[in-house]
Amino acid sequence: MDQPVESFATRAMQYIPRLRRYARALTGDASAADDLVQDALERALLKQSLWREGTDLRAWLFTVMHNIFINQVRSAAANRLVPIDDVAADAFADAHSLQASDRLEIRDLDAALQALPEEQRTVVLLVGLEQMTYDEAARVLEVPIGTVMSRLSRGRERLRRLLQGMPEPHPLKVVK
Amino acid sequence: MNAVPVTEAELHAYVDGALPAVRAAEIAEYLGQNAEAAQRVAAYREQNAHLHTAFDDLLVEALPRRLRVGGAARRRAWYPYAAAALLMLASGTAGWHLHDRVTGARAQTTQIARVAAMAHAVYSPEVRHPVEVGADQEEHLVRWLSKRLGASLKIPHLAPQGYALVGGRLLPGERGPAAQFMYQDAKGQRLTLYVRVSNDVRAPTAFRFAQESGVGVFYWLDGRLGYALSGETDRNELLRVADAVYQQLNP
Repeated sequence: MDQPVESFATRAMQYIPRLRRYARALTGDASAADDLVQDALERALLKQSLWREGTDLRAWLFTVMHNIFINQVRSAAANRLVPIDDVAADAFADAHSLQASDRLEIRDLDAALQALPEEQRTVVLLVGLEQMTYDEAARVLEVPIGTVMSRLSRGRERLRRLLQGMPEPHPLKVVK
Repeated sequence: MNAVPVTEAELHAYVDGALPAVRAAEIAEYLGQNAEAAQRVAAYREQNAHLHTAFDDLLVEALPRRLRVGGAARRRAWYPYAAAALLMLASGTAGWHLHDRVTGARAQTTQIARVAAMAHAVYSPEVRHPVEVGADQEEHLVRWLSKRLGASLKIPHLAPQGYALVGGRLLPGERGPAAQFMYQDAKGQRLTLYVRVSNDVRAPTAFRFAQESGVGVFYWLDGRLGYALSGETDRNELLRVADAVYQQLNP
């Protein structure tokens, strides 16, 4: 009986608009976003036997899409020799935003999001837009929850500075 | 007052509503005394609102052809079930015309979520009079409310999901009478299904989720009827039940 196939597809379909919203915010480009969603759907259908009944399908679909996105970012980054680890990306974005804010203030949300390192952008969007719990976001991104929280802190703070046109990085530490 | 120092992570957990109530209250007090942190918390909240304003349209926008069931996945049969739930809105013909209608539908749905959440908050804590007509008079309940709303209503049965019907009541809606059905699980956790009728027939919309002061709401429009399922339960649980409601109303 092919009930599982149908129920997988039926259930997966309801998340397409959410995948699309996330992809659009993530890539900053409508057609790149739909490419990404389409790739993710095709991959999800091919790999649907890997999804376990009773587990969170939304998280699974986001994970599938995230992995595709990361591969794209990494291969693009390799071509452009852009550093991709957290710390290096932070330094890169800092240098970048300082220069940018000298010329003009980035007030546009889309532009500000794109100025975030990818690791921070994903967390800010999964939590802030998709309203995932930290635990759900950690599972989607396949990183520890502590990493989610530190990326969220840095990402939101950077976004705040970008949107408010504040040039100086704000030190992030324990507030007393 | 702040015996335990407030960490950066806690400020974010506060923004995201992820702290236990006691700690959240301590943070709120701390923010009252710390303008810099309070400003940042306000800015982070604003970011979230800003993100929704900028991107939520995509939740109700018609899907491009290539993301419709047939386009993305010819290899597999997700096709026969295209009629299910969300993708109906993408299956129309004229994209922009549909988009306009959907945008109009959106304002309506936001309104329904607010009203339904309020009705949930008012009636679900009621101990003695949670409903006007109890589940023991279900037939009367459905006839009465169908007559008052001027539409043939169905009461979903949610026993397989663990919820028993408590009963229902008539409510004043945005533009006329509305109905509220109340359900309860074994632990006394209550969900309410709000139903209202509108004069114009709408293409079915996607499930949308809203949160109004602690009450989660999944809502959707289908033909002349608008539905909103509300509960103070976690979102996945609410979605599971909303899905069952939808399936029963659209066999």
